[in-house]
Amino acid sequence: MNRFYLLLVLVAAVAGVLMWVGSRSGSGDVSATSAGAPVVVTAADSAFQGYVLGSATAPVEVVEYADLQCPHCGEFANVQFPTIREQLINTGQLRWRFRDFPLNFPWSRLSALAGQCAGEQGKFWEMEDVMFQRQSVWGSNPRNPTSAFRDLARGAGVDLDKYNACMDSQRYAGRVEASHREGVARGVTGTPTFFVNGRQLDNTRYGNSDAFQHLVDSLTGKGRR
Amino acid sequence: MRRRQAIALLALVGFCIALYLWFYKIGIIGKLQCGSGSCEYVQTSRYGALLGVPVAFYGVAGYATIFAVAIAGLQPSRLTRRWPATALALLSAVGFLFTLYLTGIELFVLHAICRWCVGSAVVMTAIAVVAVDGAVRK
Repeated sequence: MNRFYLLLVLVAAVAGVLMWVGSRSGSGDVSATSAGAPVVVTAADSAFQGYVLGSATAPVEVVEYADLQCPHCGEFANVQFPTIREQLINTGQLRWRFRDFPLNFPWSRLSALAGQCAGEQGKFWEMEDVMFQRQSVWGSNPRNPTSAFRDLARGAGVDLDKYNACMDSQRYAGRVEASHREGVARGVTGTPTFFVNGRQLDNTRYGNSDAFQHLVDSLTGKGRR
Repeated sequence: MRRRQAIALLALVGFCIALYLWFYKIGIIGKLQCGSGSCEYVQTSRYGALLGVPVAFYGVAGYATIFAVAIAGLQPSRLTRRWPATALALLSAVGFLFTLYLTGIELFVLHAICRWCVGSAVVMTAIAVVAVDGAVRK
């Protein structure tokens, strides 16, 4: 009988060790990304100009540098952006360009990669929406959000096999890094940071949809009528 | 007694598998070690949760219950009692049916196989065979 209980303890110990080893190797790719391991930036990475929403002929373009784990970005995306999208982007007055600017949150770069891997399948904006909507859940949880991102990707209509392959390869790490370097070169220090037709805005003044409406009106001449 | 020992041992193995899958589902483990299987696809499919609870957690709870009953039935005062064998047969039958449902989903709906799920299915089937055999023979 004692040998039997010894066997149970042995099985539990072996399983525990295997699980611990498995969890360490499984999260290695994520840690490397989050810890800012050296990333190779290619010419193609630098050439990518971000995901764009809106008409190519819109008179005003906003470039937003954002971090998908940044709470201010999440608040802006969830509260203000839907109105901006409906009233300005969908009406052809404004074009919106999203650029990754990962800060030092634990999952900043991983979340940026998730967005890029969804974008590879033409689902960037759908993924961005759900990631910001659920940011309070995955963003405030110290646990690895890889699985949560997959759930969100599935909800966004992303093909998971391709998504998984993309995340495993980290093939857009260079693109994210290039975007970050571009932001630094343009003087971005925090997120969200907006540039309107190339001019950096004062974040404290342009954090809501009304401000963007006034801005677009002034740039298109409507404000003077 | 041998049957209950075998069931306890198998339930412990099944518990570890289910715990591993549950840890993945709740984010403690970032990536499943699955070889060329489709573990993550299956786990992140809409069938990876039932009534809002990860399927793996049902496995954790189920195997833990079977393990506890088997260990309880191994106590000297209960070795000759019939209820542990009956309880184990009933629990494992429910577990086996649930396993059949999940395997059916993998094969005919998702068209993907999760190796850990197959491992759990084999363990649960073995438990059911031993438990039902034990209940019938007594």
